[in-house]
This record gives sequence, structure tokens and C-alpha cells, in this order.
Amino acid sequence: MNFEFLEIAELRQLLDDKKVSSVELTKYFLQRIKKSDLNAFITVTEDEALKEAAKADEFIASPGENPLLCGIPYAAKDLFCVKGTRTTAGSKILDNYVAPFDATSISKVKDQYGVLLGKTNLDQFAHGSSGETSAYGPSHNPWDVERMPGGSSSGSASAVAAGLSPWATATETGGSIRIPASFTGICGWKPTYGRVSRYGVIAMGSSLDSIGAMAYSVKDLAILAGVLAGRDEKDSTTGHQDVPAYLKNLNTDVKGLKIGVPKQYFIDGMEAGVKEKVTSAVEELKKQGAEIVEVDLPNTKYGSLVYAIVCPSEVSSNLARYDGIRYGHVTKEAKNLLEVYQKSRAEGFGNEAKRRILTGTYVLSAGYYDAYYKKAQKVRQLIVNEFAEVFKSVEVLACPCAPSVAPKLGKAAEDPLFGYITDQLNIPGSLAGLPALSIPCGFAKSEDGGEAQLPVGLQIIGPQFGEQKIFNVGHAYQQATDWHKKHPVI
Amino acid sequence: MLTREEVIKIAELARISLTEAEVEKFQKELSAVLDYVEELKQVNVDGLEEVSQVTGLVNVQREDKIVITENRDAILAQAPELKDGFYKVKAIL
Repeated sequence: MNFEFLEIAELRQLLDDKKVSSVELTKYFLQRIKKSDLNAFITVTEDEALKEAAKADEFIASPGENPLLCGIPYAAKDLFCVKGTRTTAGSKILDNYVAPFDATSISKVKDQYGVLLGKTNLDQFAHGSSGETSAYGPSHNPWDVERMPGGSSSGSASAVAAGLSPWATATETGGSIRIPASFTGICGWKPTYGRVSRYGVIAMGSSLDSIGAMAYSVKDLAILAGVLAGRDEKDSTTGHQDVPAYLKNLNTDVKGLKIGVPKQYFIDGMEAGVKEKVTSAVEELKKQGAEIVEVDLPNTKYGSLVYAIVCPSEVSSNLARYDGIRYGHVTKEAKNLLEVYQKSRAEGFGNEAKRRILTGTYVLSAGYYDAYYKKAQKVRQLIVNEFAEVFKSVEVLACPCAPSVAPKLGKAAEDPLFGYITDQLNIPGSLAGLPALSIPCGFAKSEDGGEAQLPVGLQIIGPQFGEQKIFNVGHAYQQATDWHKKHPVI
Repeated sequence: MLTREEVIKIAELARISLTEAEVEKFQKELSAVLDYVEELKQVNVDGLEEVSQVTGLVNVQREDKIVITENRDAILAQAPELKDGFYKVKAIL
């Protein structure tokens, strides 16, 4: 029997019915990982996985109901601290780092007896939209291995899309879940800022970082959201709102639901195939009874510009902790303390991390702070207000997730603005802390050549803490279509 | 374009030593980013406060109570150099 591409709920049924054991499932996926050459994983935790699977099997054999994720293998982006496991953030500066504790999100999955297969590749410190900035080499897109899976959650997307893991954790600061989900044809949930604890996830931009997941269906994402969401004492920015029963409340009734289509999200230069597929997806929702309304978000164009200041500023602050003293890489060449800092950081950080740290340091430095950082945070308010206004008249927004299908690998390397352009339809929502989904809505050829049919992502954006609304719209779409059931031939 | 001296100064502040080639490269790349954001200067933000927290939380504190962590050794074991249970660092001067 084949287990790849089965949804969480399907695996749950098989495990509960004793049709397969967790150890068998785990071995099955470990074998697939071994055979794969997508460079999706940095570390495979085979021994621990088999132990966790055996424990899950014991739990399943005992009386009582099994938790939803019990015995189901998964992968974690290598930005999540897992106790006793190497956690690199895709960087050389943390090449030898073994986390002494679990991220809250990892603990929650462990509590359910989920089985960790390994740690997935990513853009270094999650800085990137391509996966190319990883110190461990780029991951590949299973639909066309010469193309990028998108980033920064590149390995998680490759792994799920190629059937190496039924689901994976991911993180997003400005597009890092939605872009790779879109480029690899899977479903990605970027939560409301603070809906899921950031504790134990290596920080990038703390006012933006959101912890989410990737899977094969919106229903699976609703399951995962139910496990991961909630207030955490260890992350004071987690929201105090109750966590709704996302799975139980999942429905497909979009009759009369007002869905906004922001005209600014169909930008000049967008690939025609992307526009066409997203437009048909919106048509499908209309067919199901949703009321489609064109809405106006004129400040969208400033999103990436604000992000280009705010993100590096927060990066420069968060990455100050890598000093070669308490953990991580230390230089062998230093004569004094200052040189320990300067050389450890020079040797340990890659180009992208350096550029962001330097950009952030510049815009935060005396004399430039007001002109750049303060100004950017004010324009951010403009974007926050604009979304709030639009959500007074519509329930959710539906639009393209990315301006193109997956580009060829190598495209990001020499353009310092690649990410800001790729992520321009995701960043405004991130700046406002909004939840969003990317779900597959068809295939198109890339306009940069090649014959491969590549996945297109439909983006659904909701108001803060409006996860249930986006899940319901996404689920309704997936009940009527089967784009999420298309998988690459490996 | 940013001058050589500006890039060197920022790198000093950020505690990253740069090679000559990197100084030149970051002069160009940082300038590209600053040019990219130039348009923000034209945006009218009169009367707007800067955003620092988007979901409206203010001063969240946890209870002031001692929690014992059991992983002291595992934490210290990550350090490149230790002496007598302390982090060992090079002389400041």
C-alpha cells in the first residue's frame, strides 16, 4: 500500500483501524526521504523517529481515543528548536547547535505523539523567498527539479509536495509559507500574528514572525491549527482569544458570503497563467454562491517597501545574539573579544544575513532612524487601517498568492530585491498580522520558458483571528475541486 | 551610493568584519535597497502613529514566580569554551 500524499485524517483512520502501525509508516517515509534527491532535509532524525513511532504504537494499542496527530510522521523546518536535535536555521553559524529545549509548537505535537522525521532545509535564518540562501544548498521543486520550491520554508514545501512527509511545520515573516506552498502546489497556513507561539523558533522579524504549517488540504490545516494555536506564557505576543474548534466548525457554506477581490493584487507583470487560474478559482467560489466584490487596497504597493526597512531592522536586532560565546560558531582567529564577535559573525553568516543585518543597522542608526524606520512604521499603520476598513464590508479576500509560478533556481542569487518582489502580495497582510492561506488552484507554464505545468496558488486572506473564515472558504473550494489532489510524479 | 566609509562604519556597529570585496558589494546592494524604499518618503503619514504591535496587546507580563529549569548543563554544553561552569571569553583589550 502507498501512504504518500494521504491526508492526516486518512492516516488517522488507517492507524486507528490498525491497518498500519506508526513504525511502519515512519519507516515508509524515512525510506522515501533516503531515496529523494530534492535536498529537502538538513537532518533526518531516524533513530528518534523510530523510538517516537514505537511509543505512539504503544499509545494506540492502549484503550481510549487517539489524539489527531498520534503516530503520524511530520517534518519540522530547521528553525524550530527540538530538544537534543541539531537545529541550524540553515546557517553555518548554528551548524553545531543542539537545542536544549523544545519549541512550544513542537511540544504540542509531541504531546499528541506525533513522529518527527527530521529537520527541513530553509533559506538561511528564513531570509529569502527561494530556498537558495541556505548554507546547505537549495532544495528543489518536485514539479521541476531545476526550479525553486520557494522560500523560506523551502524544504518543508519540497518534502510535503514530494510525499516525503504528510505535513510539515513552517514559518512566515513575509511570504515564507505562502510562496513555497504556492510554488509546490500544496496548502499553507500563515496564521494571525500571535495565534501560534513563537517560543523556541529562531527569530527573524519579531513583529511579523508567524508559526504555521503545510499539508495537503485545508481540512488538515484546520486540524493542525487546532493543535498549534493558543496562548503561551513563554510568548507574550500570543493572543488571548480562545481557540475555536476549527475542525468541528469547518463547513462549505459560502452562500451569500462576501469575498473581496483586491484589484491591486493583479499587478503589471503578473504571469497570464496565474491571473487566469486565480480568476477561475474566484469564479468557482461565485458559482457556489459567494458574492464577489471588487475592493480597493491602494497602499498595497508600499507593503514591500515598508518590509524592506522593518524586516532588516528586526533582523539586525535579533541576530545580534550570535556572538560566538554562548553557542554556535566561534572563530579560531581572534586576538581579543571584539575580534571574536567580528570574525565569528563574518565566518558564520551568509551573504543574505549580512546584507539584512547591515541594512537594518543602517536604517536604525542615529540620523536615519526617523527617515527610515519611523516613517516605515507609520506607513505600516496606513496598511493596517486600510485592511481593517476593507474587512468592514467583506469577510475574506481572494487573490493570487504570487506574481508567477516557480522560477528557475539561481534567479534569486544575484538580485537583492528578488524577495521583496516575489512576496509583494503576501507582505501587506503580514505587516497587518492577518491570517492567510495559499491553496492550489490549477497549473500554468512559466513565462521564463520550459514545458512543465507548474502549480498556481490561490491566496485567501482573513481579518485578524479570522482563521475559521479562511478555512471554511478554502475547504468549500476544495470540496468542489481537486487541484489539491494533484501530485508530482516522483 | 553609500560610501566605503559608511559601509565600514555600519559593519563596525554590527560587529561583522568585511573583506574589501564585501565592502564594495554591500555599497552597491545596500544602495539598491535604499533606492527601492525611496518612494516611501512621498507618502503622507500625518496624524499616524508608528505601529509597534499589530494585535493590540499592551505590557503582557507573566506571574513573578521562580521556575526551575532542568537543562542548565545542556545549555552550557553549547558554549565553545567554558571554565568552572562559566563562559570563557577573550580579554577585552
